[in-house]
Amino acid sequence: MRYKLLATALALSAALPFTVSAGATDLEVTHWWTSGGEAAAVAEFAKAFDATGNKWVDGAIAGGGPTARTVFISRITGGDPMGATQFNHGRQAEELVEAGLMRDLTDIAESEGWKNIINPPSLLEGCTLDGKIYCVPINIHSWQWLWLSNKAFEDAGVPVPKNWEEFVAAGPKLREAGKIPLALGGQPWQAAGAFQVLMVSLAGPEVFNKVHGDKDAELAAGPEVKMVFDAAADAREMARGSNVQDWNQATNLVITGQAGGQIMGDWAQGEFQVAGQVAGKDYTCLPGLGVHDVIATGGDAFYFPVLKDPAQTEAQGALASLMLKPEVQVAFNLKKGSLPVRGDVDLATANDCMKKGLEILAAGKVVPSVEQLLSQDSVTQINDLMTEFFNGDMDPADAQKRYAAIIASAD
Amino acid sequence: MARPSQLFRNLNAKVASIPMILTALVVFVGGTIWTIVYSFTNSRLLPRLNFVGLDQYERLWSTPRWIISIENLLIYGSLSLIFSMVIGFLLAALLDQKIRFEDTFRTIFLYPFALSFIVTGLVWQWLLNPDFGLQGIVRSWGWESFAFDPLYNQDIVIYGILIAGLWQGTGLVMCLMLAGLRGIDEDVWKAARVDGIPMWKTYVFIVIPMMRPVFVTALVIVASGIVRVYDLVVAQTGGGPGIASEVPAKYVINMMFEAQNLGQGFAASTMMLVTIAIILVPWAYLEFGGRNRRG
Amino acid sequence: MADIALHQTEAIAGPRGPKPRAAFSRRNIFIYGTLIVVSVYYLLPLYVMVVTSLKGMPEIRLGNVFSPPVEITFEPWVKAWAQACTGLNCDGLSRGFWNSVRITIPSVILSIAIASVNGYALANWRFKGADVFFTILIVGAFIPYQVMIYPIVIILREIGLYGSLAGLVIVHTIFGMPILTLLFRNYFAALPEELFKAARVDGAGFWAIYLRIMLPMSLPIFVVAMILQVTGIWNDFLFGVVYTRPDTYPMTVQLNNIVNSVQGVKEYNVNMAATLITGLVPLVIYFVSGKLFVRGIAAGAVKG
Repeated sequence: MRYKLLATALALSAALPFTVSAGATDLEVTHWWTSGGEAAAVAEFAKAFDATGNKWVDGAIAGGGPTARTVFISRITGGDPMGATQFNHGRQAEELVEAGLMRDLTDIAESEGWKNIINPPSLLEGCTLDGKIYCVPINIHSWQWLWLSNKAFEDAGVPVPKNWEEFVAAGPKLREAGKIPLALGGQPWQAAGAFQVLMVSLAGPEVFNKVHGDKDAELAAGPEVKMVFDAAADAREMARGSNVQDWNQATNLVITGQAGGQIMGDWAQGEFQVAGQVAGKDYTCLPGLGVHDVIATGGDAFYFPVLKDPAQTEAQGALASLMLKPEVQVAFNLKKGSLPVRGDVDLATANDCMKKGLEILAAGKVVPSVEQLLSQDSVTQINDLMTEFFNGDMDPADAQKRYAAIIASAD
Repeated sequence: MARPSQLFRNLNAKVASIPMILTALVVFVGGTIWTIVYSFTNSRLLPRLNFVGLDQYERLWSTPRWIISIENLLIYGSLSLIFSMVIGFLLAALLDQKIRFEDTFRTIFLYPFALSFIVTGLVWQWLLNPDFGLQGIVRSWGWESFAFDPLYNQDIVIYGILIAGLWQGTGLVMCLMLAGLRGIDEDVWKAARVDGIPMWKTYVFIVIPMMRPVFVTALVIVASGIVRVYDLVVAQTGGGPGIASEVPAKYVINMMFEAQNLGQGFAASTMMLVTIAIILVPWAYLEFGGRNRRG
Repeated sequence: MADIALHQTEAIAGPRGPKPRAAFSRRNIFIYGTLIVVSVYYLLPLYVMVVTSLKGMPEIRLGNVFSPPVEITFEPWVKAWAQACTGLNCDGLSRGFWNSVRITIPSVILSIAIASVNGYALANWRFKGADVFFTILIVGAFIPYQVMIYPIVIILREIGLYGSLAGLVIVHTIFGMPILTLLFRNYFAALPEELFKAARVDGAGFWAIYLRIMLPMSLPIFVVAMILQVTGIWNDFLFGVVYTRPDTYPMTVQLNNIVNSVQGVKEYNVNMAATLITGLVPLVIYFVSGKLFVRGIAAGAVKG
């Protein structure tokens, strides 16, 4: 009986792939979007793609970008590429492109005039190598946000801060009220991200660009950056006792009012939305920590590995142009909490925080993201340093010395 | 007896051993040489033969994360070896005392071995959580100052992992030891009793030396697991807090895929191999190579 | 009862351990006391997993992990099996279960077939150089898997098996080989040499002796090997994640996906249920075969 059941199940599962593929072209799309807001956003792409008569085969990989990229890269280099895959804009897929493993999208880009619609233009530059376009930027994610729980500050009896300085000053009061002033997840990229936000917001975009873009190690060892490290030491003190790993668990501490605030990218927006919270009423957002109104234009992009099957290659093209369609851009980005890559779409339904972001973007107050400026190797070294700093008791001066050394050897 | 011709004998055994020979030569030796060669290059995301001498090794040994990884492996490795051997043997000796419910106890000690490291790490992450795990419980009993939060304390996080690792692995060692004890001839015990040798002395001076092969097997199994410890750390702490519970295998994987610096990853794995080879090759030769053939 | 009586007479006749004494002697209290305390350490996590998986989320938020559920609910189990989401796929662990079955069965058969023949050749038909390969194999058991990932990606790509089920089966066979070969070699070496010699005199060859004499005598070691392989392969995460594609992901990879796909609040009860379901297959094998396992280990390990 059991064996019969087993045999039937085996036969069924073996037959399944063939029955599905009849008619439409299946395209496997891999990504690392698995949180509530993210999954809702990716469903918009899938819906739109299925409407073209093709079929979106979802290949979500949990555990964050680094875990997922491990899988993507081994599959592409191992000769078993997927139909399309997410990477962050910038240099993550650089070598895969150089090795000729990624499809050249220049034809589609030219016929659809991507150059004219994508804003800021630096996004498309991140997809360009030797004048050819290899990826589709789909959204802009900026890290430079401080999310504050109105309830936590109410409980502590202090007004909701308007900038970083006021927030630091409110720290002790929050502690007294039994709150964690600053929620910070334990994964290394979160500590590094928080640091970079402090850097661009407190030291300003110029210092940020010189240190990461021009690899100015002298500046990285200088007094402007020292101020950033001192602020990081404050942040470290305020983050003690967070005891969570994932970023959205930390966000959840803010949502429930157990923590005062969190430095996190605009994707945290999606979590507030899923929890039914309203910007301005339940939570407050401070772009650029309320100091410098500036956002970095990192984000996600889709790459299309070279495939042999002509039907799939055609489906890739269909997906690439679909991702930039205005209505798809709006639907996706509203759910994701990110900003659209084209300036000409109407985001009337966007909430207050997203509107603030759009204004800053329209005013051109942007910097490139760290991923665009530094190689993954340097990014990882900085992640390691920052997680060590934020979780231990390293002296800020020592940390700055090591930081300058990483910048000096960065490429 | 009629011995077959040397060629005929070799042929059959060799044909049967082809998979083993291929695995040993192509995968283990070939893969190792490939890794070592590329550790002298500056390969990034894809392997490239662009030699840079010892640069990768210099960087490796000046990276704090690598140094911490090595220290953790030493602490975790030596404690895990000692504890699993000692506890495994003691449990086996207790179970060998003609007790009731032996099967029940044995099943209890062994079942964690059936669970993966991912599962082990998740469960112990949950149990050691300071807010609702062990610490929270003891505090709710009234001992407010009780502190046991290994997963959020850099100084003791490696012991938190050790607790989980021992939970998963000691059962197997116990099982091996129990088998070894059962294999000891009953006459040994009789003779010891006749001579009036105390029980503990019989264990230490007679039984344990007789169980040398069992200890060797257990040592091999435990040690090979230690060097590879990866899933457990990933599931339980993710290397944190900070980089306090990083291990070499995790450094290798992170460098190769996350940092997209294959050369650095290969250099780190080569260092792991060198360490292992220094310990293992003489032992493996003595254990398996130097004996007379039979058959 | 008869069993216990037999047990005791046997003990009087000539025990390996020291003599049994009265039920409540200090020695017995010490032995059972120690065993029970240790048992608590081993059982606690299982208890917590089971208890947590039967609670609803509100109860988890309030209570402590050790308290039994006030209201037993099986919803987390249903959710973990059939509804939990990773990205857009919301069919829980059920898909991964069948994938794991399809990966495990051929891998176990192939790896045991190859390793047993290897062990037999090494124990009874040594040829020049065999020890060298065996030594390499054993040293190979210590090589961190991570080190071999990249070379194997290249090897599989070159033979065109990357991403296929066959490729994964080969990977499991390769990495199971060292420890299994060691087990079989030791077991066969411990069998009475006379048997082998007598068969040789009768003119039996390599395969005939293996099939007709060695195989029938080695059931216990095959069971041990099977247990080791089924649990090892079922529990494998790294190879599953690197060498397969999402539609053939084994259960552990899906478990990790589900546990790490935090959507809103972390649903500990669903995670625990998922963890238990994933561990169920190897656990059942252990509980059913407990005694055989010990016997097999005894046979395989004692004579190193």
